[in-house]
Amino acid sequence: MDFNDTAQEAAFRTEVQTWLTANIPSEAELQDLDYIQRAKLWQKRKYEAGWACIRWPKAHGGRDASAIEQVIFNQEEAKFDTPDGIFSIGQGMCAPTMMTWATDDQNERFMPPLASGEEVWCQLFSEPAGGSDLAALRTKAVKDGDDWVVNGQKIWTSGAHYSDYGVLVLRTDPDLPKHQGLTYFFLDMKSPGIDIKPIRQISGGANFNEVYFNDVRIPDAQRLGAVGQGWQVALTTLMNERASIGGGGGGVNFNSVFELAQTVDLGDRPAIEDPSVRRKLADWYVQESGLKFTGYRSMTALSKGEIPGPENSIGKLVGAPKQQDMASFALDLLDQAGIIWDEAHSANAGLFQATYMASPGLRIAGGTDEIMANIIAERVLGMPQDIRVDKGIPFSEVPTAS
Amino acid sequence: MNFEFSDEQNMLREQAQTFLRAECPPQAVRQVLDGDAPFDRGLWQKVVEMGWTATAIPEAYDGLGLSYLELSVIAEELGRALAPIPFSSSVYLATEAILMAGSEAQKTAWLPKLASGAVIGCLAAAETSGQPTAGKLTVQFENGKLTGSKRPVADGDVADLAVVVAASADGPVLCLTDLNQAGVARSGIKTLDPSRSHAEIRFDQAEAEVLGGLGEGWHLLQALYDRAAVLFAWEQVGGSETALEMAKEYSLGRFAFGRPIATYQAIKHKLAQAYVKNTLARGNCYYGAWALSTDAEDLPIAAASARVSATQAYYYASKENIQTHGGMGFTWEFDCQFPYRRSKLLAVNIGSEAIWQEKLIAAIEAQRAA
Repeated sequence: MDFNDTAQEAAFRTEVQTWLTANIPSEAELQDLDYIQRAKLWQKRKYEAGWACIRWPKAHGGRDASAIEQVIFNQEEAKFDTPDGIFSIGQGMCAPTMMTWATDDQNERFMPPLASGEEVWCQLFSEPAGGSDLAALRTKAVKDGDDWVVNGQKIWTSGAHYSDYGVLVLRTDPDLPKHQGLTYFFLDMKSPGIDIKPIRQISGGANFNEVYFNDVRIPDAQRLGAVGQGWQVALTTLMNERASIGGGGGGVNFNSVFELAQTVDLGDRPAIEDPSVRRKLADWYVQESGLKFTGYRSMTALSKGEIPGPENSIGKLVGAPKQQDMASFALDLLDQAGIIWDEAHSANAGLFQATYMASPGLRIAGGTDEIMANIIAERVLGMPQDIRVDKGIPFSEVPTAS
Repeated sequence: MNFEFSDEQNMLREQAQTFLRAECPPQAVRQVLDGDAPFDRGLWQKVVEMGWTATAIPEAYDGLGLSYLELSVIAEELGRALAPIPFSSSVYLATEAILMAGSEAQKTAWLPKLASGAVIGCLAAAETSGQPTAGKLTVQFENGKLTGSKRPVADGDVADLAVVVAASADGPVLCLTDLNQAGVARSGIKTLDPSRSHAEIRFDQAEAEVLGGLGEGWHLLQALYDRAAVLFAWEQVGGSETALEMAKEYSLGRFAFGRPIATYQAIKHKLAQAYVKNTLARGNCYYGAWALSTDAEDLPIAAASARVSATQAYYYASKENIQTHGGMGFTWEFDCQFPYRRSKLLAVNIGSEAIWQEKLIAAIEAQRAA
């Protein structure tokens, strides 16, 4: 066992480091840009030098890199404070789906500008009545000539307001059982009849949207997979939710709470001297290190050209509640001042308050804690699925609240 | 990055699993639990013949000269099988103490016998209830003789050799003492896990020799615990997986309200949590094994991380295994009791969770101060 790169990996890491060091945007370059412009500037620069979406085929704008090379690039890029975030859904989830299901001509047209950041993609899956039970979605598509006409509503669509294209699953036959009546498409987000409304979150941000469809037309040529095959295509997207291998993880962590405990008092002494504080910190430390070394095991598999085992499925289920608990604990350590959320007056410029308010979303987005536990029980431990009372009956006859 | 066991080490694991499935089924644990024999002598003899007691002992002392990665593999498998033998006491504690602090003469005298199984070793540290400190030691070492009483000593009734933590005029000291001598009296004590025997050992002017330096005993004991903690943690992870596996199997076959209880989220989520805890503990154990096998400066942090997470994982999996079994899990007839008992034995044997949580934070502070 060792933590070292192979000679080939070390050479690649050096190449990445050298390029990053020379090309990271300067403060001056970024200062007058908003976060979307910043992200696009950086993405374009990577693309032009051949460092964007490096796992992708060269023909689609990538580099034909290996999985371990992608991990190495991510690790090195994470050492810098680079603008990112707006491309992860498009490049990480929409693109693999397109590459699996779209025509060569379509991929030739759409993949390079997605890699370069000129076009941003979003994913329109969830609906008011279809969250954890995604396949219960109701937004309807009806065939009309060479088009489909779409009516209904999507929700929790990250980045819909700045996206150029989106992928979506629609109900094309409500008289078939739930999973069978779905069909998958991609569409132009500037199509007439689309109305995007931001959702204000409890954390103060508004990155999610409601997206309303009022007689929106999608050409049949933009259907991915057969009519009725939408669930199968959707699984391609869902399986590509970005693996959290090797990532640093921002927000509240052991270091920030440990350092807080050194600076605030509990009674007449620093909180870090209190045994109950030390025990809690120890528990969080071993969770973080357990995740870290589990990630190293997965990296080892990638390095050998193998597919990692199911261990990484625990990442979100451990990480999200931990952030919430640690933020809550930090606020308690601050005592009455914990309530102050003002960058100028809060410890760590409000990091603990911000994480306290953002972490409930982390426990829900991309699969709730409960869904993640189901996934581990079913796909890792091999336990049976829950009994489904809507199984085998036409979707139109499934009981609903409304 | 190569953070995985080698092909040879994985082959050793497969051999160990095959061997233990045949030689140490749950019935073997039950026989020791129910019977009068303090441990499974037949199994112990075969384990010795496999060379497992010699794993990390250098070839110069008749050992196999393998690394702590191999010993980690064996520890996990013995933990998985809940083997009722004095392996942890003899190998992770007594052998390690001599390897770490022994003089050349002591190594030559004892390591070949520990390797061959001719001698079983143990560690006699505890005296009273509550967390031990150097200042509370009552067993005295004076003029080459030990006096006083130790309890509980894991495997103390079957061991031939003890590493004893004692007070002396120069401060705490580790001593080596032959337990087969006139100045030693031993009596078995009842414990929570009768599948591993324990004793009270009374020393009355028993002959002993210093292991390591006079006055260094407490420091050496902590260093020994750091090394042993990694191996204990691997046993704990192995046992924890057994508990999870038992619970899963039972849930698949047990029907309630017309369906297997494995279809209920209350059961699925409980077992998913057990998987999460086991996986975190395993990750930390990998780090511990690496640190132990490379003598890394990080060993105190790595050992404590492995120990804390493995202790928590085993407790959770073993208690929720009983819960998943319902009333049957509470019966003597079922095997759910084995991991539940063993999890607590292993949890307290080299210091409880709270001690290791404190050690972890103290080690992190020391590292940051450096």
